[in-house]
Amino acid sequence: MTQEEIFQKITDVIVAKLEVKAEDVKMESEFGNDLGADSLDRVELVMALEDAFEVEILDTDAEKFLKVSDVVAFLEEKKK
Amino acid sequence: MGKLTGKKAIVTGASRGIGLAIATKLASEGADVAILSTSVKEELAAKLSAELGVQVKSYACNVADSQTVQDVFKQIIADMGTVDILVNNAGITRDGLLMRMKDEDFDAVIATNLRSVFLCTRAVARTMMGKRTGRIVNISSINALRGQAGQANYAAAKAGIIGMTRSNAREFASRGITVNAIAPGFIGTDMTAAMDDATKEKYAAQIPLGRIGKPEDVANAVAFLASDDACYITGQILGVDGGLNA
Repeated sequence: MTQEEIFQKITDVIVAKLEVKAEDVKMESEFGNDLGADSLDRVELVMALEDAFEVEILDTDAEKFLKVSDVVAFLEEKKK
Repeated sequence: MGKLTGKKAIVTGASRGIGLAIATKLASEGADVAILSTSVKEELAAKLSAELGVQVKSYACNVADSQTVQDVFKQIIADMGTVDILVNNAGITRDGLLMRMKDEDFDAVIATNLRSVFLCTRAVARTMMGKRTGRIVNISSINALRGQAGQANYAAAKAGIIGMTRSNAREFASRGITVNAIAPGFIGTDMTAAMDDATKEKYAAQIPLGRIGKPEDVANAVAFLASDDACYITGQILGVDGGLNA
């Protein structure tokens, strides 16, 4: 998958889980401040990403997801 | 029309005693019910379905086993389409005075009565979170609150349920999921029939409302907590004990 494809797929998951608009999801968007995710949202998001990308995301990795770009980078690495 | 019409419920330990009364009550209020027990009870499910006009399906599930719970709950949620209500009722006793209590008897009761609540709750949490609504009712015991000689394992497990109930109530509250526990007193079931007569008489004499409880008394309280009427109640431990713990 290209970075753009990964970003699009992540955006779809974020829009479905966090009830935000697609145009508000940017690479530099922060989950907490910009997308309004609380701790439960983050857990739900990680589980939804695991399903969408068919990967396992450890809590220790998920803790480092501050911005959308962090998730894109992580999944790019995973899907190599 | 029942107050649970259209709801999808899962009841563990539902083949007899309090669990069966709960499953029957939820079904009579219009809920479709998955009844879990150690072995499949096709006839019982068919009888309840026919009598109450809802879908009742039986599943075999060792609720103390993580993988089994994950697999069976996945199947149930696929079969019913969703889950609105979980009643964690499954429980066993392995009574014995502490000095003579075997490790296996302690561990088995903790696994079936307490660990199961964690496993089953986790198995429905994601679905309920996504729906932004849900009802979880855990069956504790008056002995969790008062203690009972010979029940170190059972009372510890049932007290653990109370701590878990309060924690989960706080954790899930922002998603519209309520979590409450019921602490039944002395209820006439197969399980209490195993108690010796002296203990039974001692209990009965102490009950302010003057009678041993019926499984239906507990089931009525579960149906209330599972309904929309109880939407502002969470993290509570409701005694259904004839005043025994008043």
